[in-house]
Amino acid sequence: MNRREFAKLMGVSAVALSGIPLGITRAAGQTKGGTLNTIIQPEPPILVTALNQQQPTLTLGGKIYESLLRYGPDLKPMPGLAQSWEVSPDGLTYTFKLFPNITFHDGKPLTSEDVVFSMTKMLPETHARARAIYSRIERAETPDPLTVIFKLKAPFAPFLTALDCTTGPIVPKHIYDGSDYRKNPANAQAIGSGPFKLKEWVKGSHVHLVRHEGYYRKDEPYLDEVIYRVIPDAASRSVALEQGKIQLTQWNDIEFYDVARLSKLPNYEMTTKGYEYFAPHQWLELNNRVKPMDDKRFRQAIAHALDLKSMAARVYFGMPKIATGPVSSKTRFYEKDVKRYDYSVEKAKALLDEMGLKPGPDGKRVTLKYLIPPYGEVYQRAGEFIRQSLGRAGIDIQLENTDVGGWAEKFSNWDYEITGNLVYQYGDPALGVSRTYISSNIKKGILFSNTAGYSNPEVDRLFDEAASTIDEAKRQELYSKVQKILVEDVPVVWMFEAAYPTFIDKRLKNVTSTGVGVHESFSSVYFG
Amino acid sequence: MSSAAINKGGRAGAVALALASWVVKFVAVVLVIATFNFILVHAAPGDPAQVIAGQSGASDEKLLEQLRAEYGLDKPYPVQLANYLGRVLTLDLGYSYRQQRTVASLILERLPATLLLTATAFILALISGIFLGTLAGIRAGKWSDTLLTIVSLLLYATPVFWLGLMLVLLFAVELDWLPAFGYATIGVQMTTFERMLDIGKHMILPVVSLAAVYLAIYTRLMRSSVLDVTHQDFIKTAKAKGLKQGAIIIRHILRNAMLPIVTVAGMQAGALVGGAVVIETVFAWPGLGRLIYDALLQRDYPVLLGVFLVMSVIVIALNLLTDAIYRMIDPRVSVRAAS
Repeated sequence: MNRREFAKLMGVSAVALSGIPLGITRAAGQTKGGTLNTIIQPEPPILVTALNQQQPTLTLGGKIYESLLRYGPDLKPMPGLAQSWEVSPDGLTYTFKLFPNITFHDGKPLTSEDVVFSMTKMLPETHARARAIYSRIERAETPDPLTVIFKLKAPFAPFLTALDCTTGPIVPKHIYDGSDYRKNPANAQAIGSGPFKLKEWVKGSHVHLVRHEGYYRKDEPYLDEVIYRVIPDAASRSVALEQGKIQLTQWNDIEFYDVARLSKLPNYEMTTKGYEYFAPHQWLELNNRVKPMDDKRFRQAIAHALDLKSMAARVYFGMPKIATGPVSSKTRFYEKDVKRYDYSVEKAKALLDEMGLKPGPDGKRVTLKYLIPPYGEVYQRAGEFIRQSLGRAGIDIQLENTDVGGWAEKFSNWDYEITGNLVYQYGDPALGVSRTYISSNIKKGILFSNTAGYSNPEVDRLFDEAASTIDEAKRQELYSKVQKILVEDVPVVWMFEAAYPTFIDKRLKNVTSTGVGVHESFSSVYFG
Repeated sequence: MSSAAINKGGRAGAVALALASWVVKFVAVVLVIATFNFILVHAAPGDPAQVIAGQSGASDEKLLEQLRAEYGLDKPYPVQLANYLGRVLTLDLGYSYRQQRTVASLILERLPATLLLTATAFILALISGIFLGTLAGIRAGKWSDTLLTIVSLLLYATPVFWLGLMLVLLFAVELDWLPAFGYATIGVQMTTFERMLDIGKHMILPVVSLAAVYLAIYTRLMRSSVLDVTHQDFIKTAKAKGLKQGAIIIRHILRNAMLPIVTVAGMQAGALVGGAVVIETVFAWPGLGRLIYDALLQRDYPVLLGVFLVMSVIVIALNLLTDAIYRMIDPRVSVRAAS
């Protein structure tokens, strides 16, 4: 698909014990200047990523706020604000050396104090995901303005994977310390240290970012400005691309049905790269508390009865990859050697017969409600496909519609039978995968917890052990084991590793060179 | 209110009393509407904290608690309602925690763009609708009438988003004469005149799409109204008196045929402030319609209630204006004092 050569960025050895300082490599001949026009949809409520972690906020805020590390497409850490780092052999002490001369958009320097304030004070207060991870920090030290030392309460293997710009954005201490974070008037200004700063935000129309002249990386950023336009209508977004009014689209900007047509445009290339860190995993969420879904055989029957191949082709126009289990193939510690559920109505019926779920006179064995996730037309189509597909095996599906508010409320309070879910993995099973399956995360009223209600002490133990071990080989062994158990039990029916089309103007370079793709700071993006 | 001055002293007192009672009624109506809005909005399932959590990819108890406390949702309903009505009485529209802005500033920011779009389309449609409808009515049965009727029926039946998209395909994509979306060119330095021209250019397609529907309504309404009036006795009398055709049309037919149009236009004018969600969406026009729609999906209660309130006040005001216009056109409607 992708005919693009990525500029090879220098990687860091996986064992970052030695902490090799990195010069920023530059390919020859980047031109400075130019305006990047792109889309932001829906419009974010605010731009401070420390306070709001909705998708658009993170995409836009990634240009404004930076974090200690960046990650390659292979999810190996690369220098961010930190130029080097060290991990003690016991996995408890992390030492980061910052680049010199980093400044915030208001001209004030960014020091180790700001890093410690952000990661130990503000983010644990305002950012649910950061709270879960950074609360493991027992204490932080700042021996000098460019050195940060974190001591953890217990070893936590993925700590080094949780320092990306969406999890750990560094905010200015001098603005936020001691204030009511969410009501701070400076939120409108969104002052970070990223390569681009906010010039103007016309609500409902566009967000205009311009070069941060005090950026610490030599010659960067190359672009003069980035303009995010709010274009709510899908057809209008496609028109904007066809007219060449924009040079980049991301996430759901372009609907799946338009991808094939627009991929033929000569001046753009389409890629699905740049989502490796998030690795959005899509599944059929089964409420394990509702009969007959408490029976493993019934869940396996659903897995056999879903014709994922045609669903990928018909509903998603061939974009996604079929998922094989709880861990995405893009996430670390993926295990491919697990039980496979081939599409077979016969096998599904055999399992249902074995359970004693015999078809009635109308051929229906059981009736279940499917709550359609309210995130656009494609989910509606997917729901219709699922109904048809499962109907062949005698599992009668009734579709229910609601809006975002209603869906979130019903789903999180376990007031559903089947629904669809799409969850990010954040590069490590301990960050994004285990939360769906461990018993301690069965929490009513909380989305993205263990909403299915699956509970298995062995699975709990394996996830727990794997998160606190820093030996990679040992972790792989534990995660492989847990993946095999989960695939056998099918607490939810995994469907796809969701793919999103990113259309990039061919003159534009370095857009998806890292694992967070379009969320990246764009400091090295340029028009060639 | 210069008419009051001409009246005799006794009338002046009555008018003052009427006015006072009217103000009391106005405030009461607004409060009832505000209460009704509040109950309606909060009756919808789903809470704002869950919506935000649902779009953040992660959530825990603390986040939900924080958000609910911010929205004031942790207090019992009657307390929330009382707080809200108290704010309404002090003309405070509240604060959107989701967008970290006062509701008043959000509305004021969007209102100009919305009024520019909807008022232009509305006035354009009203004037041309009256003109075309009169033309059709006078020439009832002739080919020009048939043509107008067919066109207005077609326009009336066309979904507005489809019309908008077709216009974009033709004038923006194929011919490249006009911009396809947005309200102005971004990031370019311009003089004031150039800027006005630029906005004007961006307005053409959304205004035409939006006006098309209104135009169809007013044309058809005006036609039937003109036909109605033409067959009445006083027109025969006017003709018998030997008045010229032009004078009859303007002084007698139009004046009387306008009445239903004024009624309908008055009712529709209230909706102008609400913007036109579909057109604003298709053309990425930064108007109030989209603000309301987003607020609804996001359960941004303060914004929703604020916009509803502003709209209801404007609708009440427009009803009064409609009455006034009615009185000017139709002398049979007398001043209805506080009745």
